[in-house]
Amino acid sequence: MVSSAPATGTTAPGRERVRRGFLGGTAFYLTVALFTVFAALPFYVMLITSFKRNSDLFNPEANPFWFAQPPTFDHITLLFTDTLFVRWLLNSFMVGGLVVIITLLLAVPAAYSLGRLAGSWGEVLGIGIFLTYLVPPTLLFLPFAKVIAALDLQNSIWALVVAYPTFTVPFCTWLMMGFFKGIPRDIEEQAMVDGYSRFGAFTRAVLPLAVPGILTIVVFAFTLSTSEFVYALTFVQDSAQKTVSIGVATELVRGDVFKWGPLLAGALIASIPVAVLYTFFIDHFVAGLTAVAGE
Amino acid sequence: MSLAPAKATAAERASARRDALLAVGMIAPAVLFIVLLVGVPFGLAIYYSLHDVTTGGTAVKWVGLSHFVELVGDRNFQQALGNTILFTVGTLVTVLVLGTILAELLMRDFRGKWVVRFLILLPWTAPVALGLIGWLWMYDSVFSPIDWFLRQVGLLGSRDAALGVLPNLYWLGDKVLAKVSIIVVNVWRILPLATVIVLAGLNSVPRDVIEQARVDRAGYFRRLFQVILPMISPILMIAVLFTFIFTVADMIPIFILTRGGPANSTNTLASLAFFTGILGGNLGRGAAIALFLLPVLGGVSAVLLRLIRRSEVT
Repeated sequence: MVSSAPATGTTAPGRERVRRGFLGGTAFYLTVALFTVFAALPFYVMLITSFKRNSDLFNPEANPFWFAQPPTFDHITLLFTDTLFVRWLLNSFMVGGLVVIITLLLAVPAAYSLGRLAGSWGEVLGIGIFLTYLVPPTLLFLPFAKVIAALDLQNSIWALVVAYPTFTVPFCTWLMMGFFKGIPRDIEEQAMVDGYSRFGAFTRAVLPLAVPGILTIVVFAFTLSTSEFVYALTFVQDSAQKTVSIGVATELVRGDVFKWGPLLAGALIASIPVAVLYTFFIDHFVAGLTAVAGE
Repeated sequence: MSLAPAKATAAERASARRDALLAVGMIAPAVLFIVLLVGVPFGLAIYYSLHDVTTGGTAVKWVGLSHFVELVGDRNFQQALGNTILFTVGTLVTVLVLGTILAELLMRDFRGKWVVRFLILLPWTAPVALGLIGWLWMYDSVFSPIDWFLRQVGLLGSRDAALGVLPNLYWLGDKVLAKVSIIVVNVWRILPLATVIVLAGLNSVPRDVIEQARVDRAGYFRRLFQVILPMISPILMIAVLFTFIFTVADMIPIFILTRGGPANSTNTLASLAFFTGILGGNLGRGAAIALFLLPVLGGVSAVLLRLIRRSEVT
């Protein structure tokens, strides 16, 4: 005991850092670098390939990780002028925007109701709603295609506007419930003493405080919609109605002919904004997932 | 004097009733939407699996369990079932091990950490179908950058190369390599999510617990296995739950990379359901294939959720 006391007391911050993990110095950085390369390599190759000349690209001897010939903007130009890429981007934006609005209108009141007004059954119903988020599209897409056909929405982006809230609403309701629980009850009680009704207190006093939560679900409703693949693939065959996720993946490949340059450029350009947006909010996403363990 | 509390309770009761009404009114639209657009297709899925339904035709014929009976004897179905288990278990084990290591590494501070974090999260944050297009190029039969690298370091494409004389490995054209490729891509995709979940768990371990273990002269691995991992086991199980859910029913890697090939060797239940139901037009059979996932998905999720919630209490 006597000998260990001064040892812990004199641990320098630098030594402390090394002692915390099982890898020191170089080995630590090397391992982190390996993980980073594994994660980012496909995107790096997409970036290089987007600017490679075809004669450089389709030469098995040429270094695929760098330029053997001067870079070119040909693929990007082709992507923006000769394909429906811009249209797909706009479609994705439109679907994302409309899904965000529907999600807000349905999820925010539902979350307030479950988190604040409903008692014990609120918790149970909340978990029930969250579980519907976990029902995979694979289970539903076949009959869903028939429902979409019955609504006469097939082959249009409206099919997706109807379908996507089926997973954004459950997840965002669940996230928003957590945010509302974090707002002290006194806020509404004070507003109600001041003469507001319960609903008035909700809109005037609670919602302004819930803005960070609302921003989070806006981002998730949007990124989850732009990333979705299975429903879009099943419901939309018309080239001009596709979202960017399926447009790039299905239209720039014709049978065995791949337009590799524009294909990889398109995938990269559409990925980055979504990824940046998502990265800022991923901790909220994970907090939502881990909340199933209860408080 | 005696009237005042009674009056208050009456007012309270009225206010409680108004609140209850408001609660129902605010949740009704969301519940209605979910019941209509998740519940109805779900019911239809079961209905279709018991009938003969095709995309074009209108005739619907009751066939009972015969879709399921036929499937059990079908070789493609058996293969898909086996692949689903193989891909899920392979992904799960790899992700859990690598995710714990990566989370441990990311607990430390280092220069440029935010860039590393952004890059490591990319596979999860970028739209999955688009990231997979990058992998389609990585696995290309002629221009694969992986093969190029292996040729440069002398492992491939020369007479005494360890991986063979041919200039390419044909990642997606070989039955075994295609399966490996799918698992690699699954791991690539889910690892960031699992890592961030485990990180959340590690951050919740109180510092003094680690300090105490250190004062007790516990080595790093003893600290990890006997102190830290047991403490964050509920969080690890959450990582398992979501890795499982997001892998077992996912058909996107198969659709983009292999289309189930070569020779149906990489189909999973999810992709087989898609190819049978949508491209083949046999809705009944497709729905039946997808429904095979339900007991597994429901069962495993229920068990994991119970474990997670129980361990949280104690």
